[in-house]
Amino acid sequence: MSDHEPVLLANVHKPDSHTLAAYQAGGGYRTLRRVLKEMPPEEVVGQVRASNLRGRGGAGFPTGLKWSFLPTDRPGPVYMCVNADESEPGTFSNRVLMELDPHQVLEGTILSCYATRASTAYIYLRYEYPLAHERLEAAIAECYKAGLLGRKVLGHDFSLDVHVHRGAAAYVCGEETGLIESLEGKRAWPRIKPPFPAVEGLFRRPTVVNNVETLACVTHILERGVDWFRSIGTPPDPSDPRDPGSFGPKLYCLSGHVNRPGVYEGPLGLPCREVIDRFGGGVWKGRKAKAAVPGGLSTGLLSAAELDTPMDFSGPVRAGCLGLGTAGVIVLDETYSMVDFLHNSCRFFAHESCGQCTPCREGTRWALEMMERIKAGRGRLKDLELLLEIAESIGIIPGTTICGLADGAAWPIKNAITKFRGEFEDFLRRTNPAGYKVARPVPALEASPGHAPGGNGHGAAAGMGRRLTAHDVSALTPAVSQGERGA
Amino acid sequence: MPPVERVLTDDLLEAIRGYFPRYPNRRAVVLPALHVVLERLGHVPPQAVVEIAQLLELAPAEVQDTLSFYGLFKQDGPCGRVRVWVCRSLSCAACGGEELLDYLCERLGIRPGETTPDGRVSLEFAECLGACDFAPAMLAGRVLHKNLTREKIDEFVASLLAESGKRKAESGV
Repeated sequence: MSDHEPVLLANVHKPDSHTLAAYQAGGGYRTLRRVLKEMPPEEVVGQVRASNLRGRGGAGFPTGLKWSFLPTDRPGPVYMCVNADESEPGTFSNRVLMELDPHQVLEGTILSCYATRASTAYIYLRYEYPLAHERLEAAIAECYKAGLLGRKVLGHDFSLDVHVHRGAAAYVCGEETGLIESLEGKRAWPRIKPPFPAVEGLFRRPTVVNNVETLACVTHILERGVDWFRSIGTPPDPSDPRDPGSFGPKLYCLSGHVNRPGVYEGPLGLPCREVIDRFGGGVWKGRKAKAAVPGGLSTGLLSAAELDTPMDFSGPVRAGCLGLGTAGVIVLDETYSMVDFLHNSCRFFAHESCGQCTPCREGTRWALEMMERIKAGRGRLKDLELLLEIAESIGIIPGTTICGLADGAAWPIKNAITKFRGEFEDFLRRTNPAGYKVARPVPALEASPGHAPGGNGHGAAAGMGRRLTAHDVSALTPAVSQGERGA
Repeated sequence: MPPVERVLTDDLLEAIRGYFPRYPNRRAVVLPALHVVLERLGHVPPQAVVEIAQLLELAPAEVQDTLSFYGLFKQDGPCGRVRVWVCRSLSCAACGGEELLDYLCERLGIRPGETTPDGRVSLEFAECLGACDFAPAMLAGRVLHKNLTREKIDEFVASLLAESGKRKAESGV
């Protein structure tokens, strides 16, 4: 494979790369000037559609197609939301772009707003990126001063305001409608879709939500052309007419047990092993990889045997992962416990569940409680079945939740238990020799705080003056099937 | 009934009003307003919630509803002068972050969620700071501490002591 010349990371090593002067010295905003002069907005949308650019935020939805959902017959403002909430564990590529090349992000944003006729763009920036905040505010001020933002951009009949809107440390604000609800000043509870944001989004107006890296790609597509973009990456699978392919450059994040963690650029479709070895200098401390998260924690795990999986939008799916996600690769070496991995994952998703949907709110909480019990040496083989049952039943894929956070919570459970079952069983056998085979339900009320037998607990247990048994519970709720109560 | 003492000073109110032109309605200013108050007061007491609501023409319950969703906004008392977020997500944990958090707790004498008695430092968990290239990492105020080791934690604690020593000297205490 011929070496890819970085375009997204072309400027980041230059001195003062975050300044307007440095960006323009390298040819920055040349594309914006040309497009405003020569291309009507529809043509920009056409180019982005033809390129088959797919969103880099995790879902991989074709950007041009998303833009085409905007209504053409509704007067009034269109909003752009730049999704800079980047909270997927293992992902930091947006952070690097915003800190070291904010003007690349802004040029892509301005071009995209021109194309979609958005008059205001909000950059929803996660709270934990103070340097990116500083750099973006400074870059925006430079743009206003230079006439690149504000009324009549560069003298053309196109006006745009860009505002940074700071988040407040919630992963669910990376979900496009969670972001919109948060921007509107409410709890970040994702909305049922349809209606999709393009039809009814921010402040109930047509809205486009795009990731930072996706917007940066727009400039390069318009500068170097659709053919250039499509010459990079993986073409569509000829046997699947609905496959848009995986075109263009991608930022790969590497972290965990590698020699050179960092963000690297390459074509979409590189094998995961190559990303780890060529970019990351291989697994640290002379060890071997046991597993790797392919695209941020929510995508699950590739086992060591699956590391030749190509990192494009289809590859990880074939290996049983949720998808390419953010291409945030986390390497775990042979000494790392998969029980620790799964506990960490369950803790993250239980914390970040917004609480709106019962399967996610309860499922993530019970998954964590089970992992805590397992780590404390009171786990059973039965728990593995229960964890998988939770994982199979929460999410938009099984159709039980409003957003995909639950699918993200489920996938690490599915992959870890399926691909490393032996390790889990060994752990259970070793840490709970007396009880690991017990299949009887653990009385849930006994496990929950506040339901002490005969004590200060509320409800039936306290009233009856004795501990509730599974029999009592099924007598109280006859419609619920026996035998699977509690965890 | 005696008048309730106002918590939001004029300049804080002015700072919040500065956000009005950015949005088509005032509800969208809730999060920026909460940030302004958190930055200045170190927490968002209930009286501030009432005053923010008045300024934004919302019911206090609406502001409290939003505030309570985000764990960021403490209400019971100010955070320490420095708020330290130690990342506990996968990459940092896999690189020894949890053990280093325990060490920092030991050095500061507090558990996550607590503030030191002298008000210097608050310690919290963070979920993925997006600094996985520098794991294990922690965010102290606006400064990212990268590739943490016990030595770096010792240096950090020492710098906190030096800074508070300076403050004491300057205030003549």
